[in-house]
Amino acid sequence: MFDKKFGKRYFDDVEINLKGIIQITTLTILFLALIAISASAQSGESSIFRAERTSVLIFAVIFSIVILVYTRMAKQGKKLFVRKIAGLDAVEEAVGRATEMGKPVLFIPGISEIDEIETIAGISILGRVAKITAQYETPLIVPVRYPMVLAAGQEVVEQAYTEAGKRDTYNKDMVRYVAGEQFAYTATVNGMMMRDRPAANIYMGAFFAESLLLAETGNAAGSIQIAGTARPEQLPFFIAACDYTLMGEELYAASSYLSHEPLLLGGLKGQDFIKIILVALMIVGIVLSTVGHGEAFKALFKSV
Amino acid sequence: MKTTLPVIVAFLSGLIMVVGFFLNPEKSFLGNVEEEVLRWGTIVGGFTLLLGVVSLVRVNSRTVSQKKQGWIFNLITLISVFAMAIPSMIPLSSKSAIGSVLYSIIPASWGGLFGTGPDSIYDWMFNYLESPMMATMFAMLAFYIASAAYRAFRARNTEATLLLLTAVLVMLWRIPMGEAFLRLFGDNVPQYINSFVMNGVNMAVQRGIIIGAALGAASMSLRIMLGIERTYMGKG
Repeated sequence: MFDKKFGKRYFDDVEINLKGIIQITTLTILFLALIAISASAQSGESSIFRAERTSVLIFAVIFSIVILVYTRMAKQGKKLFVRKIAGLDAVEEAVGRATEMGKPVLFIPGISEIDEIETIAGISILGRVAKITAQYETPLIVPVRYPMVLAAGQEVVEQAYTEAGKRDTYNKDMVRYVAGEQFAYTATVNGMMMRDRPAANIYMGAFFAESLLLAETGNAAGSIQIAGTARPEQLPFFIAACDYTLMGEELYAASSYLSHEPLLLGGLKGQDFIKIILVALMIVGIVLSTVGHGEAFKALFKSV
Repeated sequence: MKTTLPVIVAFLSGLIMVVGFFLNPEKSFLGNVEEEVLRWGTIVGGFTLLLGVVSLVRVNSRTVSQKKQGWIFNLITLISVFAMAIPSMIPLSSKSAIGSVLYSIIPASWGGLFGTGPDSIYDWMFNYLESPMMATMFAMLAFYIASAAYRAFRARNTEATLLLLTAVLVMLWRIPMGEAFLRLFGDNVPQYINSFVMNGVNMAVQRGIIIGAALGAASMSLRIMLGIERTYMGKG
């Protein structure tokens, strides 16, 4: 701890982080001051600022600062440990299996529109998967439910094939529009699974009642299956029918994890730090509730 | 430019939504700008519908022309697309230019078959073909749940046995006969299962996952807004 080398590096980091903290904090204070002035200029109900959302604003500001600080730390080359996610390590293995078997990889980026963050996470992972299929020259099939997702998916896959130096093997119909109706989409994809027998099925995004219909059919077709969703109600179905399942936050961490980019990993570490703060707050809340002072503590976090 | 412009658009759109969330729409200069941005999204989405139809027709017609395995289903898909779309786009009366030409060929009484109103071809196909097929797919879920549950609940090890026992208790509590059976062990047993398993263990785990997912979503949104995460554009 008192090692000279360690000490120097420690103080270097502090200096670097302080700069970022000062910048962000100044901006935040200015923003808050602006809101406060506007709020005080008008009385009670007619305030420009929704006072009932103050706790959300404070949390959002703290969250942003932590994420930015960790991103800055990653940018400066600080080593960040990220735990292993078995489901993501299995992606390359699944594509390798498909290559050996000469069968396609089926990727489903959920069934929601592009404005859902889960779909964006799915599209990000699609880029990584497409890069691997491009390197191995393995066929890739991406059925989508919405035209906006189709356009985004085609762009991402084309870029991945170009970056892998396999632009000539890219086919626009790898990403294809299937149907706008939930169960029409499911029926078509199930048909693809049974006819084309993909060696690997990857489900990443927002899923609803069709999750088990898809995953069970894939299981019956003998495909290796990797799923990821942030919907807790669909997770048991994927866990029962798939080989690997990414749960909740792991879906959002996937693109950063697969990219191994320090900048993206910094965001993940910031997220973990916030989680520690939340756990600490929960413990305080439990203790205060147990001793009969929980209501006052809960009131601090009350929002709409 | 191809990367910078989308990042700027993403940042501005995100910022508008975040700032709009904290401001009173009736008092702030931004007004209902969040709703306006969402409306723009819907309009842009409408334009991309054509891309979807082109993709659908191209992929399916190629499969039909090459007579690949299951090509008959692709043919049915193509026929269905046009059978639903064309009659719904035909004018209902001879008032428009297209209508006047059309109704000089076919009887005017056929007008009710077109458009999307009650008793039109579109309406008939939706009510008597599409809806029952959707309901059938949904109903099949029960059998899929049974097959997945059979695999998940096999008592292969301690964890699977615990899962099986918990599932049996919850399923018993959910059916009247099971509830009556559980009451044999004490009047409060069904309520105890509900409060301990469903509102206790289950809810705690679900909330843990939801909190983690919410943080992940917020972190990803921030990364996208700041242009750190550009993987959704195929970059990085």
